[in-house]
Amino acid sequence: MIAYIIRRLFGAVLTLLIVSMITFGIFYLVPRWAGGTAEDLASRYVGRTASPEAVAEAAKALGLTDNFFKQYWDWLHAIFAGRDFIFGGSTYHCPAPCLGYSFIGRNPVLPDILDRLPVTASLAFGAAIIWVILGVSTGVLSALKRGSIFDRAAMGFALGGVSLPIFWTGLVSLVIFSYGLGWTARGGSYTPIEQNPLDWAYDLLLPWITLALLFSAAYARLTRAGMLETMGEDYIRTARAKGLRERTVVTKHGLRAALTPIATIFGLDVGLLLGGAVLTESTFSLPGIGKYAIDAITASDMPKVMGFVIFSAGFVVIANLIVDVVYAVIDPRVRLA
Amino acid sequence: MVVGPDASISDQVPVGEPPAEAEGSQKAIEGRSLGQIAWRRLKRDKAAMAGGIVIILLILVAIFAPLIVNAWGYDPNSFHQDAMDPATQAPLSKFPWGAFDSKHLMGVEPPFGRDIFSRVLYGARISLLIAFLATLLSVVIGATLGLIAGYLGGWVDWLISRAMDLFLAFPILVFAIALAGVIPDKAFGLSGDTLRIVLLIFIIGFFNWGYMARIVRGQTLSLREREFVDASRSLGARSGYILRKELLPNLVAPILIYATLLIPTNILFEAGLSYLGVGIRPPTATWGGMLSDAVHYYTIPHYMFWPGLAIFITVLAFNLFGDGLRDALDPKTR
Repeated sequence: MIAYIIRRLFGAVLTLLIVSMITFGIFYLVPRWAGGTAEDLASRYVGRTASPEAVAEAAKALGLTDNFFKQYWDWLHAIFAGRDFIFGGSTYHCPAPCLGYSFIGRNPVLPDILDRLPVTASLAFGAAIIWVILGVSTGVLSALKRGSIFDRAAMGFALGGVSLPIFWTGLVSLVIFSYGLGWTARGGSYTPIEQNPLDWAYDLLLPWITLALLFSAAYARLTRAGMLETMGEDYIRTARAKGLRERTVVTKHGLRAALTPIATIFGLDVGLLLGGAVLTESTFSLPGIGKYAIDAITASDMPKVMGFVIFSAGFVVIANLIVDVVYAVIDPRVRLA
Repeated sequence: MVVGPDASISDQVPVGEPPAEAEGSQKAIEGRSLGQIAWRRLKRDKAAMAGGIVIILLILVAIFAPLIVNAWGYDPNSFHQDAMDPATQAPLSKFPWGAFDSKHLMGVEPPFGRDIFSRVLYGARISLLIAFLATLLSVVIGATLGLIAGYLGGWVDWLISRAMDLFLAFPILVFAIALAGVIPDKAFGLSGDTLRIVLLIFIIGFFNWGYMARIVRGQTLSLREREFVDASRSLGARSGYILRKELLPNLVAPILIYATLLIPTNILFEAGLSYLGVGIRPPTATWGGMLSDAVHYYTIPHYMFWPGLAIFITVLAFNLFGDGLRDALDPKTR
């Protein structure tokens, strides 16, 4: 087991390296393929009003004139050792771990992102609890009562749910429940949990429900399909044949096997959301990581965007790692060799 | 499937076959191809057929949007101050859901009074074009790599499988946002809408091939051990021939199913990117872009209603049809 975890850990580090390389490529190679020069890129960091000399100096100081591998190495090095950028007569210090330095905001990127993590985490975990309970129980009931009115209605709703864009349902629910009826908080409100847990829950209620409903729809469909497949397996027949109670058959034999793949998808979804629920956060104007990314793009603040991409890719890789390890624990069929 | 103590015998016998089979047995027994069987099943699935009809209508609307708008409506980018309240700058609507007169069917949008009906129609063009071509790209990349990985095995399989895992684990939206954000206004000899459309097709298509590749690889792994592949090889067929003529025809069903189910995902994806402002840029009409403008006018509900409804109906239609197609083509489901 330990050996397996260590091997997966190495795999995760390797994945992170590749992901960072691809990210780096997106930000440093793609603009060049598109015809941009080092000076064009530098002008984004020093502002459009800077003189050509200042831009050229910045391009050199930022290392934009170096080749790709040198630049990638410098960037990787900065994560562990920090980095100083010296141009225009000032020094910009980015302490380790340095995921980038925003020359527009004049601050390192990582602390900003970490500041916003609690918002995104509150949103993701709150919604996750709701959608797991709602989605999985609906899916199981639908599968057990296959063809019933409940099954048809639930699957009809679920199909509608997976066809709805979150930014539309979010918008419509804001208009109805917040601006119209005044039951929930207006868009943009957020209270940290340590300040007032009740206000925290009140502010997040609508985003939670909206996000959870869409995910519930997908999970209900997945659970139902998995459950139907499992309940048709031979070992379920065996379990019934040896006289087990139906409830034991369903929970111990059916549900456990059906839920393993769901657990995998759940881990990945939460990891994905923790890396920034971009659409939900911009719809509800929640000051989380996703909103940070969108604001950075609007401001063309590329170091921020890049820091965000690496950060959320990291979450997904870590989520993958956890899921693999948990999977090995709960599914006896996974061979560790 | 009957599960229970008495299931072991009855399982072997096809139970509950529709009586329609009886009249067929009077004639000579005809072999039916998978396509024919699937079509018969699909025709019986009302929801899937409804989805299919809506899809055809949507495609027609998208293709003929300029003609429709010309004949009955207004240009999507022209302003209609006559439909606006001069005092409040809010759109006037005489009927529910924003309709102003027989030509402004869905009303106009604030603040300039562009016609929502024609913008929704033009939005369908962008949405479907990007979704279809991006899906095509994913299918080509995914099916090719999945086929190669499954058939060749060894280190090629290892390499492709790892790349597959990587792409499946990617925060696709995040990367798409990053890529769409770094491309300048003019690049690769293209500019404006053309550049953004090509860009979105490549981004969405390129990051979405993982799932298709996994499906195709899995199917290829089991297919290549089958006798007909052995037979073909022993007759002297080369790998390229076996891949194209023996394996690919057997993979059409899963590829078709997952392509159909990928289209709605891609529609939502494009709408999301345009909503976030990194997709197609204004003033070009897109559903996501209209919703992103509508955020600022939440007191005018019809503005956000129509583009959202268009997304919902389109995605639902593709999902219905895709689900039906899967049930019809997959022998395991019945």
